[in-house]
Amino acid sequence: MSIQNVEQLKDIHIDVLREIGNIGSGNAASALADLLQCETNIAVPTVRLLDFNDAVKFLGGPENITIGMLVNITGEIHGMMLYIIQRAFASKMTMQLFGTDIADMMNLNDMERSLISEVGNIMAASYINALASLTGMTIDISVPTLTSDMVGAILSVPTIEFAKVGNKVLFIDDSFIIGDSEIKSNMILVPEMQSLETLFEKLGVGV
Amino acid sequence: MANLVTVGIADLNVVKAPDTLVTYALGSCVGICLYDNEKKIAGLAHIMLPLSKDAAQGIDNKRRYADTGIMELIQTMNLQGASASRLTAKIAGGAQMFSVSSSMFNIGERNVEAVKKVLASYRIRIVAEETGLNFGRTVFFHGDTGIMEVRAAMKETKMV
Repeated sequence: MSIQNVEQLKDIHIDVLREIGNIGSGNAASALADLLQCETNIAVPTVRLLDFNDAVKFLGGPENITIGMLVNITGEIHGMMLYIIQRAFASKMTMQLFGTDIADMMNLNDMERSLISEVGNIMAASYINALASLTGMTIDISVPTLTSDMVGAILSVPTIEFAKVGNKVLFIDDSFIIGDSEIKSNMILVPEMQSLETLFEKLGVGV
Repeated sequence: MANLVTVGIADLNVVKAPDTLVTYALGSCVGICLYDNEKKIAGLAHIMLPLSKDAAQGIDNKRRYADTGIMELIQTMNLQGASASRLTAKIAGGAQMFSVSSSMFNIGERNVEAVKKVLASYRIRIVAEETGLNFGRTVFFHGDTGIMEVRAAMKETKMV
């Protein structure tokens, strides 16, 4: 049977994605520690299928201003990844590295953009590397594009892409401890259905 | 007392004066506001994709698409006493949230095009439009006046 929509995924598939998330997050934590030059730990991520409204609620409501970073996935699987960075996380990073807070989320300066893009790149690459090494597939990611706006509007991009195949998005919920503060970040994964099938086959949990 | 009625993503609703409709944070989605000025009946649909024929198997939400969503909105308004021949339209949204040029990303533009085609097929005139560009919009649609109020982060509110 082939996957027609994402709601057909079973617990075992979610578990597999969680394990990939776990490895990815571990990689990300050590890369972040290097970049931010402070101790960084990460809890086991939760991976869930959420519908749009719940995802938006979880991210602080539709009009909450966040940073969104979009990465295209190409190679043996196709899809997109959206990384959502809340103000608290962005502030923590700039405070840690530059000693200044973010003045205006809607108008990031060049230094802030470059730092946040780098962190997004690290996060996306960590997950994708985990995925590639577990499956033996060649997977490439594009340079991330960044925007800051209402989270509902940002989330409409993957949701629309996902709408062709389901009502829900794959939501990875990360919790980092950077220095002494706990920071949340969220990754939304939008695979093409064909790619998801390929992925699960490679991992031995074909649908 | 006037109520504020929320329209979610891939959803629609109809109110009468003095109530107001709202849909939050339109990105590439399009909000379609229809108004019968004589009966003071206002309808708002929040669509995500152009045409229902593009739907994958097993996915069935007509309010998601421009063609079937607008059709249902008009039908719902008719049931409440509006006349299709009196309706005028105001539309907002259809932004390109990320600056990447790929067919996957100009969905906002394709949504706006589809909405215009569908409205034209019902001979409904578009009297105001706040579409495109690269930012999210929240839309309030006032049932007493038919005014569409468009809010965006760090920008002036527009009343059209």
